[in-house]
Amino acid sequence: MAEEIKPDKVVDARGSFCPGPLMEMIKAYKQAKIGDVISVYSTDSGTKKDATAWINKSGNQLIGVFDRNGYYEIEMKKVK
Amino acid sequence: MVDKASIVLASGTVDKLMAGSIIVSGAVANEMEVNVFVTFWALMEMRKNAGENTKLGVEGKGMEKQLFSIMKEKKVPSWKDTLKQAMEVGDVHVYGCAMFADLMGIGKDDLDPMIEEVIGVSQFVDMAKDSKMTLFI
Repeated sequence: MAEEIKPDKVVDARGSFCPGPLMEMIKAYKQAKIGDVISVYSTDSGTKKDATAWINKSGNQLIGVFDRNGYYEIEMKKVK
Repeated sequence: MVDKASIVLASGTVDKLMAGSIIVSGAVANEMEVNVFVTFWALMEMRKNAGENTKLGVEGKGMEKQLFSIMKEKKVPSWKDTLKQAMEVGDVHVYGCAMFADLMGIGKDDLDPMIEEVIGVSQFVDMAKDSKMTLFI
């Protein structure tokens, strides 16, 4: 995993339940430009798996999953 | 060609409707085109004047008060909001069942604007026949 990068867009989905954070991430992805870095904050445990699987399957780049205090941050780069 | 999912929503209880709308979201995340056919008790819940739905299926009997208060406390979105969000993000089409609408005297204008059109079963089966995933909920 690469170093964390300052994101172009932050999706704060803390407190939102499955499938909320994933859907918000996809929405942000669709609005983003190629090369943009998107960060998703989530407290939902399923999202960690769902979102990372989506990033890999869609051919984008997973920068990392970072544990924060009480939530986690998934960082991705839009490459296609 | 894009993969398709076809889902029949027939039950009008929150447990089934929530499961359905969450699965629609999952299908959208998997880049599927989703066609949803809403009939019977689910169609009753799609009426504009349906009111707040606090019904659970047989297994949830007696759990209503507890579950709905937890959902409220944790700000879980309603099944309709989850479905709306899926429609915003992906290629989702929601249809009402003409047979049940006729039976109950429900017109398209009585239904939530999420319902794109009221169609017959044959038209839905035509959409569903080459689906990768077909569910009846």
